[in-house]
Amino acid sequence: MIRNTPIRNCWCRVCCRCDEQDKPEAFGKKKMNMIKVEDVAKSFVLHNQGSAVIPVMHSASLTVSAGECVALVGASGAGKSTLMRMIYGNYTTQAGQIMVGDVDLASAPPRDVLALRRETLGYVSQFLRVVPRVPTIDVVSEPLRAVGVDAEQADARARDLLMMLNIPERLWSLSPTTFSGGEQQRVNIARGFAYDYPAMLLDEPTASLDATNRAVVLELIERAKARGATIIGIFHDEAARAQVCDREVDVNLFTPERAA
Amino acid sequence: MTPLLQVEGLSKFYGQRVGCADVSFDLYPGEVMGIVGESGSGKSTLLNCMAGHLPPDTGQVLFNTRTDGMRDTVTMSEPERRMLGRTDWAFVHQHARDGLRMNVSAGGNVGERLMAVGARHYGDIRDQAIDWLGRVEIAADRIDDRPRQFSGGMQQRLQIARNLVTGPRLVFMDEPTGGLDVSVQARLLDLLRGLVREMGLSAIIVTHDLAVVRLLADRLMVMKDGHVVETGLTDQVLDDPQHAYSQLLVSSVLQV
Repeated sequence: MIRNTPIRNCWCRVCCRCDEQDKPEAFGKKKMNMIKVEDVAKSFVLHNQGSAVIPVMHSASLTVSAGECVALVGASGAGKSTLMRMIYGNYTTQAGQIMVGDVDLASAPPRDVLALRRETLGYVSQFLRVVPRVPTIDVVSEPLRAVGVDAEQADARARDLLMMLNIPERLWSLSPTTFSGGEQQRVNIARGFAYDYPAMLLDEPTASLDATNRAVVLELIERAKARGATIIGIFHDEAARAQVCDREVDVNLFTPERAA
Repeated sequence: MTPLLQVEGLSKFYGQRVGCADVSFDLYPGEVMGIVGESGSGKSTLLNCMAGHLPPDTGQVLFNTRTDGMRDTVTMSEPERRMLGRTDWAFVHQHARDGLRMNVSAGGNVGERLMAVGARHYGDIRDQAIDWLGRVEIAADRIDDRPRQFSGGMQQRLQIARNLVTGPRLVFMDEPTGGLDVSVQARLLDLLRGLVREMGLSAIIVTHDLAVVRLLADRLMVMKDGHVVETGLTDQVLDDPQHAYSQLLVSSVLQV
């Protein structure tokens, strides 16, 4: 059991970083409504293109509790990724509230958002973005080292994940910038699942993966759910969605034209 | 947690012209803040005012010193400020020759800062210098060479070693990767990121390269004509810029 630094906002069952005694109680308290999106609105203002205002979201509401996996569905351009990015704090929110644990992403200062991303909220995007020259193994273990796990344990976890996701061992010491698209995505997934985040956002985690690796990713999602993680995902792969998601939220309902 | 640095209402005017106007922010330990903006937007003026190289016209720069807690570095005495400059602060110049002694060996450059804080044992100083040259990937057998025999990228890395050897808590960087070719730049970024994480450094990085801040900075401040037009999380400002100028800046980046 590693407990170098106490971690705030950690209510997971197995992350082995919380105090054993605190776990069930703290977890029970926060079990409901891990992610709560309330009456959220957003529009993009393009100042350099005639100040065009593009409303993209309107009265979006969504609640996801611990251990639940919710799929965002809707036509391309309906705002699935936008909503997800707003939950991650990557996009600003104009109105409403986005609570993840006890942090409101719509109004939190950068420092709190950074802490939330480090300790509570994980995000697996479709694209890998890394510093050139950093070896794959370090890319994957970085989220663990960021929360104070010692290098050896972090590396061991990274190795397990890379092995699971069928990245050949001879590539581990190389930078993933030169890898194929599918390999980069798997490295990204390994990185996203390295630390046991209490809440996770998954943007098409199974896209462009072969059947074997797709099964591995679904297995990782199942395991995360089993340890009580809250998951919001975008899956174009309907079979995958049916397998891991408990319910679907139609983002079309939040698109301004339709709602109006 | 108390902030490491608190800047309040900092302004600097060059006659009628605005250098930087009414800048305020807090920087916490371990945070890296980027300042971006086009040439002449006041970002270097702001950095120099914060680092004590230029006297600001108004405002406070409060630094959480090890011994006395929060102190205003603008009004503190010159010897105190210089002491801070050799111990808790470091300044990485855009041109390595502004931050190095070009006629002194690489080891001497690193050792000088150690001697400035009281190190006197020659063997220890040399050992530390070798250790730091290794950390910035300069071979130990170059320790007695002068910086002018180094390449641009090596000079920049030597400057970083010289600055970080005394274990500062706050590093000011002015275009640390400017003028270096991309492969050297990538190496330097990797090095800086590692050092920031290992040493728990706070840093303020001025640059016009948005890719550099995306990789290094947690937070971002966008400046135009001496004013701060937007602040926020780095990825939020770059992916969803709100101000017209930030949008222009982000959309003007050429895609590779």
